[in-house]
Amino acid sequence: MQALTNRAKSVDRKPMTFLESIYLWNIFKGMLITFRHIFKKQPTIHYPEQKRPFSPVFRGLHVLNRDEEGRERCTACGLCAVACPAEAITMEAAERVPGEENLYREEKYAARYEINMLRCIFCGLCEEACPKDAIYLSETFAPANFTRTGFIYGKTDLLIPNPKTEAADLAKAKGEL
Amino acid sequence: MTLLAIDWILVLEKLILIAVIIFASLGIALYTTFAERKVAGILQDRPGPNRAGPFGLLQPFADGLKLIMKEEIIPNTSNKWLFILGPGLAMTAALMTCAVVPWGDKVELFGRTISLQIADINVGILYVFAVVSLGVYGIMIGGWASNNKFSLLAALRGASQAISYELAMGLSLIALLMTTGTLQLGEIVKQQQAPGHLWNIVYQPLGFLIFLVCAFAECNRAPFDLPEAENELNFGYHQEYSSMKLGFYLFSEYINMFISSAIMATLFFGGYDVPFLDESKLAPNMAAIIGIVALLVKVVIFIFFFMWVRWTIPRFRYDQLMNLGWKKMIPLALANMLITGAVVLYLHK
Repeated sequence: MQALTNRAKSVDRKPMTFLESIYLWNIFKGMLITFRHIFKKQPTIHYPEQKRPFSPVFRGLHVLNRDEEGRERCTACGLCAVACPAEAITMEAAERVPGEENLYREEKYAARYEINMLRCIFCGLCEEACPKDAIYLSETFAPANFTRTGFIYGKTDLLIPNPKTEAADLAKAKGEL
Repeated sequence: MTLLAIDWILVLEKLILIAVIIFASLGIALYTTFAERKVAGILQDRPGPNRAGPFGLLQPFADGLKLIMKEEIIPNTSNKWLFILGPGLAMTAALMTCAVVPWGDKVELFGRTISLQIADINVGILYVFAVVSLGVYGIMIGGWASNNKFSLLAALRGASQAISYELAMGLSLIALLMTTGTLQLGEIVKQQQAPGHLWNIVYQPLGFLIFLVCAFAECNRAPFDLPEAENELNFGYHQEYSSMKLGFYLFSEYINMFISSAIMATLFFGGYDVPFLDESKLAPNMAAIIGIVALLVKVVIFIFFFMWVRWTIPRFRYDQLMNLGWKKMIPLALANMLITGAVVLYLHK
């Protein structure tokens, strides 16, 4: 019969000789192989101390952006929630009152903005849908938590530090410090 | 009245020695579990446990604490009395063997000469054999009392394996005993220590090989770990066990490994003998300490060998195990015995 590949080997069904049947030589050969592995370099990355760098297009946890003056960019238009295939985003809009111009960029803002990280599939469609450059996916991923409520991230968890008042925190979050 | 005159200091001395040796065995077994995981890791290109304490050195205590904190479950269909007896017996049998191993030569303390062997009985090797065969009762009783078909099957496998390999082990030892002429372990070490006499491995290489293979089988270590075959028998005889009773079973395996390494070192590798060193020229206490260290080094090498084999080769199939035991090991041991007998007879003429 013609072999299907050139690597096919016919199986040797000869009965074992006495020396083969006490297995010692073959066990010895196997042990040499494992012994060689003692001196091999370990590919392990010791996680909390060493971290593998993510690629620049990595899609991790979301952040809500501010502009240069520290005002929230989000106008609660709801396009991200519509774009979200996992329906992970909920928000409530509110109207800016006079005197809040330094907090919110436009007349309408998100009073409540929640992302359920257990539902989120980190596809990045919210980032693409946002017309105001307000939502971005960062390079960190969700840490473990004991409760489900711990995975629902509110505005305090998502907003980046204010570049005016918390410049040091922002630099740290960006990894510049 | 002299019949009742007991040397109380001797009793005290032996009690202390027993306590020290048992705690040392337990401590070494404790760290053998850690070493096993470390060796497994290194042979598989990974670091092994390294989180608990520096280099993971506290790992065995973490493991032990975890086992103690687990819920103690006794299945209600099991035979409770035997269920508890099983792990206890396994542990006791494992620890009892260390009574006849000569851990070192004599030390002089407080004006007394103390032998570092608990009991140098004249049937030393027979005693080891008797206790080792007791060890299989731990497996059998545990498997039987669990009232679980996997455990029972594992217990049967364990029993038949122990019986098959004890035969070859005994036969390989008979050849050794022909050359030494004594069953006393202390005496066997002294003979190997004597100038002009090499270690027994030189006179009995085949006997050692057979003994080594059988020691693997007696300790239920891979490739002979059929009684606890994880993938087909679901951990076998200790499947129903939890908490410290499981710990006892796992622990007794490591103690067995330690003791059988010590026995192998004693019988074939000169025990506490250091090669090319004349112990009689040293101070007796110094010589004893060097002897203990030498024995421990040999034991550690053997334990590493045990692990190295375990993480290299897969488990035998049951028919392969029986074939190897009855059709290969026993004929080899018999041949070895015949040749040794003939040579001994020829040399004595």
